[in-house]
Amino acid sequence: MTLNLLFRAGLTFGVLAAVLADPALAQAPAAAAEPTVNKGDTAWMLTATVLVLLMTIPGLALFYAGMVRTKNALSVLTHVFYTVCVVVLIWAVYGYSLAFTGGSSFIGGFSKAFLAGVTPDSKAATFSVGANIPELVYIAFQMTFAAITPALIVGAFAERMKFAAVALFIPLWVTFVYFPIAHMVWYWAGPDAVDAAAKALAAAADGAAKTAAQAKLDEVNADSGWLFQWGAIDFAGGTVVHINAGIAGLVGALIIGRRIGWPKELMSPHSLTMNMIGGSLLWVGWFGFNAGSNLEASGGAVLAMMNTFVATAAAALAWMFVEWAAKGKPSLLGAVTGAIAGLVAVTPASGYAGPMGAIVLGLIAGAVCFFFCSAIKNAAGYDDSLDVFGVHCIGGIIGALLTGILVNPALGGTGIVDYTAGKIADYDFLNQMKAQIVAVVTTLLWSGIGSAIIYKVVDLIVGLRVTVEKEREGLDLTEHGERAYNM
Amino acid sequence: MKIVMAIIKPFKLDEVRDSLTAIGVHGMTVTEVKGYGRQKGHTEIYRGTEYAVSFLPKLKIEVAVPADQADKVIDTITAAAKTGQIGDGKIFVFGLDQAVRIRTGETDVAAL
Repeated sequence: MTLNLLFRAGLTFGVLAAVLADPALAQAPAAAAEPTVNKGDTAWMLTATVLVLLMTIPGLALFYAGMVRTKNALSVLTHVFYTVCVVVLIWAVYGYSLAFTGGSSFIGGFSKAFLAGVTPDSKAATFSVGANIPELVYIAFQMTFAAITPALIVGAFAERMKFAAVALFIPLWVTFVYFPIAHMVWYWAGPDAVDAAAKALAAAADGAAKTAAQAKLDEVNADSGWLFQWGAIDFAGGTVVHINAGIAGLVGALIIGRRIGWPKELMSPHSLTMNMIGGSLLWVGWFGFNAGSNLEASGGAVLAMMNTFVATAAAALAWMFVEWAAKGKPSLLGAVTGAIAGLVAVTPASGYAGPMGAIVLGLIAGAVCFFFCSAIKNAAGYDDSLDVFGVHCIGGIIGALLTGILVNPALGGTGIVDYTAGKIADYDFLNQMKAQIVAVVTTLLWSGIGSAIIYKVVDLIVGLRVTVEKEREGLDLTEHGERAYNM
Repeated sequence: MKIVMAIIKPFKLDEVRDSLTAIGVHGMTVTEVKGYGRQKGHTEIYRGTEYAVSFLPKLKIEVAVPADQADKVIDTITAAAKTGQIGDGKIFVFGLDQAVRIRTGETDVAAL
């Protein structure tokens, strides 16, 4: 956490220690040591950050572009590339501050706008007491998450949204939807602050000191996001990224309407080669996404890596074999999409589930997402062009709920650390599932309603959809004046 | 003069070209086309969406020949391009009014 918070914790401790200096009273324990930054953790986080960027450009960009028609491929690439660039800047200027500083439990404040006060020596907490990482790398790492989340949404309304609408939508969406949800799920004071306050409480000898120490501990615990306080767990962003983007995509697809000619006209993917390349880059980059969310190069990271391998493989095969049985042929698009569904589902579970649990999670995610993207989507009749809802929202919900089950040590999970008690808490199925459900529903409502409002606002300002002629001609030429291919 | 236009299955190109060379026809134009006749298409499935694709890839070969050679060219192409399966293709013959070799200026049969 910041030096400021540590200083306050240490100061409280110092005062208590001075009060208890009377030899007649119990001995005050030594003040908590200053957290250290280790080069291995920093090196890993630098790498993980770059891997997550790779996921978006070119991973997601190619994954999506390969699935649209030739005449729109460039427009999809542009949407994703633009999103990265604009969110990077917004994050640095005010996004990080809104998401990851104290304020309310729903949103932070502007204390670190323009990265005020952040230097290369500033530190950020990890999940281990005493271990920190440079705050700037934490900022950069989270920045790549803020960038990929809105980039996921563009798949839902591909091939028919004006670039001006996308350009306006993205900044509004990250500001009013992403930053609050990231804050609610992930913001907290950090283990060092909680541990210091808990130790101060344990050391407090008399009633007055105990009351003061308890108040301090309560204050530290309250300095966190609303869903964090519920106890909802989300290791790398099942709710913050996937359910969030997924529901925003569905709402967008419903508001903008179906593509002309859908579903009767031929709209096959123009390059499944490109789709597979993009999907594979997504898998590779996802190791940065999941294992990097451990914030240290330690056991949690290696567990997340293993889970990211097995869940993905299981989901890819599950989709492929279910499709083979249901439709008669196993498809590459299915296998790659299944892999992505597995990656999405394992995201919240990656640092909590055991590998065998992750396999089960992958199998379920692959099969369920297949049924969603084929049977349910066709029955419902909405044109979520690139299955953002079917893969990211549904996969994210599966992951978020199964995380609550698979974290159970009896099922190979890690259990959840109680930093106040300084040990792993007893697994409580009902309360954990309640917390997970609250997180899922909150995300669906906040993002669903928030996104709907933003789409409407953008529609009023620039209009969402291109004209019929432009849609027929193709967005590459009409919106960007370019062809993806000049062969 | 005639233009003999043949729609054939793509993998038959080399065989047709070799047979035509053997009877003294030394030039042709080839275009990649799509089409269908009695050959049915196939179904493609992308995630949930199924498409019935009736257009199949074919090659269109065009050869300009003297009128008296047209029948021989038709027979040669037919023999080379035939597999006996539906979708072998069709041959059409058009009258050709004039021909010019651009490099030398030769006209009509001398240009073929």
